[in-house]
Amino acid sequence: MALSAAIVAVLVTMVLALIRAFEGFSAYDRMLAANLFGTKTVLLIALGGYALSWHSFLDIALLYAMVNYVGTIAVMRFFDDSGLTSDPNSDVDGS
Amino acid sequence: MSSAIDLLSGFCLLSGGLLCITGGVGLLRLPDFFSRVHAVGLTETLAAPLLLVGLMLEMGWSLDLFKILMIMILVLATNPTATHAMAKAALHGGHPPKLGDASDEAQGDASSKA
Repeated sequence: MALSAAIVAVLVTMVLALIRAFEGFSAYDRMLAANLFGTKTVLLIALGGYALSWHSFLDIALLYAMVNYVGTIAVMRFFDDSGLTSDPNSDVDGS
Repeated sequence: MSSAIDLLSGFCLLSGGLLCITGGVGLLRLPDFFSRVHAVGLTETLAAPLLLVGLMLEMGWSLDLFKILMIMILVLATNPTATHAMAKAALHGGHPPKLGDASDEAQGDASSKA
């Protein structure tokens, strides 16, 4: 029962992160939402794999956590070095 | 004994799910990128171990327990690091945080009168 509630909560959070990622104000917001989505995917694989009694689901969750971390660090290092994110619409005054 | 573990597991799972939704709403509603980083980073770092501890209490003693422990250690180590990297990249990449009175007037809400 609590497991189902936790899975539903994780799914709702993934939908909220997707909304932010699609309408995101700047590239950093999109990357933040993507990072949140990846972490929630790890939790969803762990919880849903146990609820559905998959085989070796935790290996996939562990691998996904590592890939998510490396991807976030790589994209942020890329943004840090290049000036790709200096778009004039990155301000949030229009909200 | 078993019912106490079930109760603790349910508490961990429910509070972790509540923190998840809190972080998602904060990501969607807060006005500034750095406040969004704050909301997401803090709630993620607490919500993921709570959910995983709840899952560990649900299942019995097995190898999967230690795999979940490894996932928890990895998430606890990498999530603040990724949050810090994002905030630093945004700060260095010409995305200054909103400070002071001008941003409050630009938002136009009642909190600027406090």
